[in-house]
Amino acid sequence: MDCQVWTEQFDTYLDGELPSSEMAAFDTHVRNCPSCAANVLGRVQLRRAVRSSGMRFQPSPEFRARIQKQIAGRPATVLPRFRWVWAATVAGIVMAAVLSGWFAVQHSRQQVLYSELRDMHVATLASANPVDVISTDRHTVKPWFQGRIPFSFNLPELANTEFTLAGGKVSYLKGTPGAQLVYEYGKHHISVFIYPERTLQLPLQSDGLQTDMAFHTMTWTEGNLRFFVVGDVSADQVRSLGTLLQAANRS
Amino acid sequence: MCVSAERLQSGSFEDLALPLFEQLYNFARWLTHDQAEAEDLVQETYAKALRGFKSFQQGTNFRAWMYRILRNTFLTSRTGLRATAVTVDFEDEQAPELADPDTPESIFLERSNQNLLQSAIEELPVPFREVLLLCEVEEMSYQEIAETLSIPIGTVMSRLARARGSLRKNLRTKAARI
Repeated sequence: MDCQVWTEQFDTYLDGELPSSEMAAFDTHVRNCPSCAANVLGRVQLRRAVRSSGMRFQPSPEFRARIQKQIAGRPATVLPRFRWVWAATVAGIVMAAVLSGWFAVQHSRQQVLYSELRDMHVATLASANPVDVISTDRHTVKPWFQGRIPFSFNLPELANTEFTLAGGKVSYLKGTPGAQLVYEYGKHHISVFIYPERTLQLPLQSDGLQTDMAFHTMTWTEGNLRFFVVGDVSADQVRSLGTLLQAANRS
Repeated sequence: MCVSAERLQSGSFEDLALPLFEQLYNFARWLTHDQAEAEDLVQETYAKALRGFKSFQQGTNFRAWMYRILRNTFLTSRTGLRATAVTVDFEDEQAPELADPDTPESIFLERSNQNLLQSAIEELPVPFREVLLLCEVEEMSYQEIAETLSIPIGTVMSRLARARGSLRKNLRTKAARI
């Protein structure tokens, strides 16, 4: 097939909307055709630039507060006969809250920690240089951290998975240096944060997966290291990347 | 950003709508080019969505629904009416434009002038600007864009091709001027 036919498909391919039957043929062609490869690269650069230019407007905190107030506390669409169940639930929650003040404080500290990690993840993606070591090769990324952070870790083999390593950088949580790795899943990005458990003294109540603002955060500890996986992919994807990392670090 | 099916069934309007706030505002700014107008547009969108939430069909795409309200509100606003009064040639909408063999945009981007890229996007007529932003910034699928804009998928594809063609043309003109 000549280049002209493929040229019409470049953007559909990059949008991830090309039928899978054509995807493989497209890949093969681009790999063997320097002019098409250059063209695709140009389009990728333009898309990146459009995406970063496109996300330029941030609402003011005052406006956010106004909207929050406007829509706050509207009940979910529930059938009337279930309302008493809601009333009982609310009463239960109030009692539970009163009884477990300490628990609530700990819980909110945990939420603050999670939202801090989420912010770090989002800030990384918004940055012009999201990572300091750019490589899909775990044998390049892991050694890069030597001498930069006071511990070491293992990265999983990703062949036959849908995840790709994009790179990594040093990140700090509560003044403690650690590693941040960025993975790609389709068009999504997932951050993995690793910190030494003992120096951090984190207000974590439990390991596992938590969801807030459509972000999933998974955390666990392995060999005195605390791991966090943060991303807006589905909970299953976060869990499966987490499981790969757990297996790699289990000795 | 996707919302799980369970949350859709049990979630309150706030749970569903608040996570979209920043994206909606960004999109509104791109449509209106003005902070106060964008704020009014977003506020009205939330008010309308809140009133119409009962009619929202659970299980369908909430994000597309919100964007559709925002866009329809914009189109009936004064700025929206003025913007869409500009005639866009849709004649060959069914025939996607052939892509340009050379890529002046990459040469242009090496000079990395974000301001020029932003003004090149701003100069696109609304129907091209919105489809480009929904695809590349909001990362919507063609299906989702079709739902948002209430147009068939084939039209989404051809309009996107036209939008990208126009963006390249704008960039080329600007690159020639530097």
